[in-house]
Amino acid sequence: MDGVKAIRMPVLAAGTSALLAAAIALIFFYAPTDPDQGFSQRIFYFHVPIALTSYACFGWGAWKALLHLWKRSEGADVESYVAIHQGVVFGLLTLVTGSLWARASWGVWWVWSDDQLVLFLVLFLFYCAYFMLRYSVDPGPARANMSAVYALFGVVLIPVSFLAIRLSRSFIHPIVFTSHGPQMTGSQFLTFCIALAAMLSLFATLYNVELAGKRIDASVRELRELLA
Amino acid sequence: MIAAPQSPPSEWQYVVAVYLVVFVTVLAWVGIIASKMQRLQRQLADLVARARRDG
Repeated sequence: MDGVKAIRMPVLAAGTSALLAAAIALIFFYAPTDPDQGFSQRIFYFHVPIALTSYACFGWGAWKALLHLWKRSEGADVESYVAIHQGVVFGLLTLVTGSLWARASWGVWWVWSDDQLVLFLVLFLFYCAYFMLRYSVDPGPARANMSAVYALFGVVLIPVSFLAIRLSRSFIHPIVFTSHGPQMTGSQFLTFCIALAAMLSLFATLYNVELAGKRIDASVRELRELLA
Repeated sequence: MIAAPQSPPSEWQYVVAVYLVVFVTVLAWVGIIASKMQRLQRQLADLVARARRDG
């Protein structure tokens, strides 16, 4: 089992690199230029997968928080923290790439009247506040429990943010995935799927690396206390 | 001296900006983790040296 874990990270990192390279090649050399939005539509292939990955990060963080509260799983608190940390990084990337795309497509950096944008910002700020809460309490079971409860509350915002675009009366934000399926050509959809797999794989790699760092840090601290 | 009027960035410049932002963010993240790993390596080496010294 240790052997499997030892080879998992290099394999994951290599797989992520291959997927990212494939995604970039497909985006610039395979996917057709969108007749409506032109060249700037190529931002979609990174922006949307990054946004979906941030939802996945927050969801994974909430799942680990639930495991911490429900089964008292060892390490679930740190795993929840790392997933939310990753989610905030991907969330920030979503906001920045979205803002650049908005400028290229709509001529503005931000639209306050668009529910999808504002709700995603609310979700992002909610999880930014998670770190303020976590670091305002001394390490221990109380901090772990409070952080877990907060992470679970935040997960409610994910479907609201995701569905906002469909429930909203503002149609400035494009709707690609409808009840009739993805509104794109086969080559565009394939490119999108590869880019999504690349982003999810990037999250898995960064999550495992950061988690390994946290675990080594905890072991070094414990060792220092034992030797003191 | 009058500066020549600058044309607004074209579509491809925004696309390049997006992919650069993602690349730089991942690079910064890798740099931060690498520095953290180096710090842990130093701390661990100190602890090993201390353990050897104390027997």
